[in-house]
Amino acid sequence: MKNNILEINKLNVFSNNNSRLILVKNISLSLQKGKTTCIVGESGSGKSLTALSVMQLLSSQLNMSGDIVFEGVNLLNLNKEEVRRIRGKDIAMIFQEPMTSLNPVLTIGYQISEAIEVHEKLIKVELNNRVKELLKIVGIPIDRINSYPDELSGGQRQRVMIAMAISCSPKLLIADEPTTALDVTVQAQILNLLNSLKIKYQMTMLFITHDFGVVNDIADNVAVMYQGEIVEQGGVSSILKEPKHPYTKALLDCVPDSNGKKDLKPIDYFALKKAMG
Amino acid sequence: MEILLKAKNLSKEYVKTTGFFSRTRVSIKALDNMTINIKKGITLAVVGESGSGKSTLAKSLIRLVELDRGTITFKDKNLRKINGEDLKQTRKNIQMVFQDPYASLNPRMKILNIMEEPLKIHDLGSSETQYSKILSMIKKVGLDEQDLSKYPHQFSGGQRQRIGIARALILEPELVICDEPVSALDVSVQAQIIQLLKSLQKEFGLTYLFITHDLRIVRHIANEVIVMKDGKLMEQGKTDIIFRNPKTKYTKELLASIPGNLSKRK
Repeated sequence: MKNNILEINKLNVFSNNNSRLILVKNISLSLQKGKTTCIVGESGSGKSLTALSVMQLLSSQLNMSGDIVFEGVNLLNLNKEEVRRIRGKDIAMIFQEPMTSLNPVLTIGYQISEAIEVHEKLIKVELNNRVKELLKIVGIPIDRINSYPDELSGGQRQRVMIAMAISCSPKLLIADEPTTALDVTVQAQILNLLNSLKIKYQMTMLFITHDFGVVNDIADNVAVMYQGEIVEQGGVSSILKEPKHPYTKALLDCVPDSNGKKDLKPIDYFALKKAMG
Repeated sequence: MEILLKAKNLSKEYVKTTGFFSRTRVSIKALDNMTINIKKGITLAVVGESGSGKSTLAKSLIRLVELDRGTITFKDKNLRKINGEDLKQTRKNIQMVFQDPYASLNPRMKILNIMEEPLKIHDLGSSETQYSKILSMIKKVGLDEQDLSKYPHQFSGGQRQRIGIARALILEPELVICDEPVSALDVSVQAQIIQLLKSLQKEFGLTYLFITHDLRIVRHIANEVIVMKDGKLMEQGKTDIIFRNPKTKYTKELLASIPGNLSKRK
């Protein structure tokens, strides 16, 4: 498919020590160019592992099989050096907890320039200008360039992470619950920022979340994961309005809605197991 | 309706010193003349963004934070004046459930000891009646007798929050302050905990002060809402009315940032 920037084919992630312990089972997922695909699921459903395997950042205790084809190249066949050239440049990632992913003893300006220097050779003045430009894009005042992460708010820290991620104009941005640790107003700002960057740079996004409200705001396509498998995938409106799989329905039932007074129904795993056969 | 707790003109200022020899002083008003009344038997939600003073408000009500000014009246007692035994008895009546279930349970104590501690401090009953009390409470929150001999790390986040709730309720308080009890949990677990809090409220006739930044949850659990910003009260009233007809710009902004409301935001 020409329109797909990334194709995951029959991906399995399993433990090295116990090959029967399969954490991600036979997943196939295609990301359309310029679209946002959300992976939704509970803790432990394998959504982060899927993202990490695209970045080839899995723990050494885990192994994977299948294909992950990025722009016609199977990432699983590349050696470490070749992967390193793609990671951070063509595929970038932002994480859930901005405080633990920033180095507390380095200024944010230094950390952003470091991200650029790995992939591009620039002279100091150019580098400095590029950092300032990035801060401007993500909405951080330029005089904050010499601040340390602990001097910034949670939302600003996440903006720094986004600046680092987009510093090399990636084609694919993977965001692993980037707003879960933030409060609603800041969350709305960050989602708006990501959306506008996606359009401006024609990025493709793989967005991981457990919140269907966020899915509604940001996704074009959705994949629902449960116990390591994708149980349902499709366009955002069809999944939200006409969920087919019992798990998707159950998960939608326990999300508080934004306007109505729908009853919250916790997932009844026993009934779910029965419904899934 | 009977008013359980009255707080009037609460003020608290934090002073931050920066610069060489800490010469520059910056003060932050965490609470700025806050006045609230909590009616008996209802759920009052306090919403606002990080730094709006919600948690300071909660902590000041059980005197975990000493206020600069203001009065708090709980059951005809001035909470800021009482000491010793009186304070202990009042604290028994106001319990708290914390945000982070990972940080609020002692990792070296078994669940039985965690649950037993408040009963021992307040010297309630013999060890047998204490045990039967703990057992019935732990079952009410959906755990088993076997779980009592486990340590906190053996539980998931949702289960730990259940333990936190059981610990708060074991003293049979009238007012329970819930400081973002579901923010650290994932949606399916969040729904379970909210259902649990609701059913416990019905059973014991509890009053909740529910602190959260997620307005979707407010809609589901609260009868009344207070909106806070920079330590000030922005708006208060019945949940339905505030949601349908927000008066201040800030409340409108908050409502628009609810995930799932993108169309309203643009």
